[in-house]
Amino acid sequence: MSAVDTAPSRRPRWMTAAGIRALFRERPIVPLLGMLTILVILSEVIRPGIVSPNWAGVMIRGAVPLAILAGCQTMTMLTAGIDLSVGAVASMSGFLVATLVADTGLPAAILIALAVSAVVGFVNGIGAGVFKVHPLIMTLGMSLVVLGLANVWQLIRVQTGSGVPPEFRQVGANMIGGFIPVNLLVFIPLALLIMFVLNRTGFGRLLYAIGDNEVASRLSGAKSWQVLTVLYIISAMLAGVAGFLYSGLTNVASVTLADSALLPSVAAAVIGGTSILGGRGNYSGTMVGALILTVIASILSSLGYPEAVRQILFGSMIVFVAAAYTRITTD
Amino acid sequence: MTAAADTASGRPRSSTRRSFGTVLRRNSWTIGLLGILVLLLVVTRIIQPTYGPAGVQGLAISVLPLAFAAVAQTCAVLARGIDLSIGSMMALTSVVSASLMEDRSEGFAILVVLGVLVLGLLIGAVNGALVAFTRVPDIVVTLAMLFVWAGAALLVLNTPGGGSADWLGGVTRGPLLTQWLPKAAVLLVVVIAVVWVPIRRSRLGLALYAVGSDPLAAFRSGVSVTWTKIFSYMLAGLFSALAGLSLTATTGIGTPVPGPYTLMSVAAVVLGGVSLAGGRGGVFGPVIAVVILSLIRTDMTFLNIDTNLATVAQGLILVGVVMVGSLIQLRRDR
Repeated sequence: MSAVDTAPSRRPRWMTAAGIRALFRERPIVPLLGMLTILVILSEVIRPGIVSPNWAGVMIRGAVPLAILAGCQTMTMLTAGIDLSVGAVASMSGFLVATLVADTGLPAAILIALAVSAVVGFVNGIGAGVFKVHPLIMTLGMSLVVLGLANVWQLIRVQTGSGVPPEFRQVGANMIGGFIPVNLLVFIPLALLIMFVLNRTGFGRLLYAIGDNEVASRLSGAKSWQVLTVLYIISAMLAGVAGFLYSGLTNVASVTLADSALLPSVAAAVIGGTSILGGRGNYSGTMVGALILTVIASILSSLGYPEAVRQILFGSMIVFVAAAYTRITTD
Repeated sequence: MTAAADTASGRPRSSTRRSFGTVLRRNSWTIGLLGILVLLLVVTRIIQPTYGPAGVQGLAISVLPLAFAAVAQTCAVLARGIDLSIGSMMALTSVVSASLMEDRSEGFAILVVLGVLVLGLLIGAVNGALVAFTRVPDIVVTLAMLFVWAGAALLVLNTPGGGSADWLGGVTRGPLLTQWLPKAAVLLVVVIAVVWVPIRRSRLGLALYAVGSDPLAAFRSGVSVTWTKIFSYMLAGLFSALAGLSLTATTGIGTPVPGPYTLMSVAAVVLGGVSLAGGRGGVFGPVIAVVILSLIRTDMTFLNIDTNLATVAQGLILVGVVMVGSLIQLRRDR
């Protein structure tokens, strides 16, 4: 703020260093969209003609399930937590539906999968909220439990076989008119709901409050254990939905399907401006973060580099973006 | 609350001699773990009367890489960090050593081992420098470096391969002196005694704990937080390299795909009584925790229980022990 007073020139506020800082801190969506644009231009430069409505559709379709998982991370990170069980829960829910659908029909299978996810989330929330176990440990332990039980279930159901329901494939993989992914029909209401909850409801305010200063929020009368329990249930159910979309997108039912998306989901939330220390972040940034990661992955694969180089560049970019972001936003 | 508990137990001592009671109280968690381990060994013997020296040796060999990984994680966590790239660093050091040692002389392998240890220190230093200088949270930096080191491992070896010197395998396999003392366990204890114990007793070790329990207080007492952080990650890199080397030694090849070591090391650290908030605990607790987790898996195989349920049990034990631990802490605070 002081920079504005001392600045001798009459440049607009956003052109000063402090102004840019404030812009990054308060509206991270603006620089993130700028970065996304640069990445899209880069894709076009590397492979002229690649950027098309169909390409955009493929990018968005790939980013949607990641953005849902990153939403779990955003919300839990707001309370200074993290949910490392989303990969296991997403894989489990997709697998559960694929193995149950032949017996129970699709709606019942979906309900069962979501109910199991909610139970996992409930246990996470009780552990983190009531017993004050570090969320990292709590959700890590639960991911082991979920993975083990999913494997047991796989052995039980090995004779009946499994298949991803065609409805999931239509929603997860099809595109309307060749460029509008159908999974947006699931994602847009979810995203609007998440943003509404975070920005407009008391529950959302409580998430920020607990992450910002747990003692202060407790002294102001917030029951943090109730908030955390509800939060982790929501997080696990969102992960369950993401699992449906993943199994539809890949047409695979496996107990480890979404495991590889766990760490990118954390990265997407961090790139999107959510602080892992709690109290700061927004879902709009996270969505763009998920898109950025998807476009980066596509650029790296279109360059024809081997998997090894892709991983190295991917990791380096996450460090670079996070470091640049921290450098700009902290004075 | 941890800081308060620390100052309460760490009251000034006039002499360096500690009473037996203090030693007992300070290491109560580790001693408890040892008790559980002995109990488990007895249970194992009851379940499987043939479980003998061969079983103990197999246990020690299979535990060795994860035990080193747990020590590595302890080094990072003690200084209030966390290293999610341990599994990848293990993969990298394992493939580097395996590809360099393939079809080379036994003497050359000594150089390779030394070189790989230096490599571990270097990649750990990269992690530490990034954490210290970018001020990005540890978990984010090491999460990103997980991809970098895993990619580097794939560059070195695309598929599992390479070889190991015979003496390296010989150091870990078989018993020493008596049948009941596996070489792998001796190796583990010797390495910890040579590398960790001197550090723990030096200024650096004190700085590690100081930064872990309160970075600001450490800074004001003249400890360089930046360099201590980097040092703690270098140690994590060094022990990850030892873990990678023991992977190569026990399997005879290098595998470029990281195993489940990173998350298991976090679990072992917590079970071993090291506080994730930093500054509390030691390396022996996590090592014993690793052995216990592995022994539970063995016992469940003896009982003909599905190994997947063993994974469930490990998760439940992790969550349950931590819950009980924090419940005791909550009670004490009240």
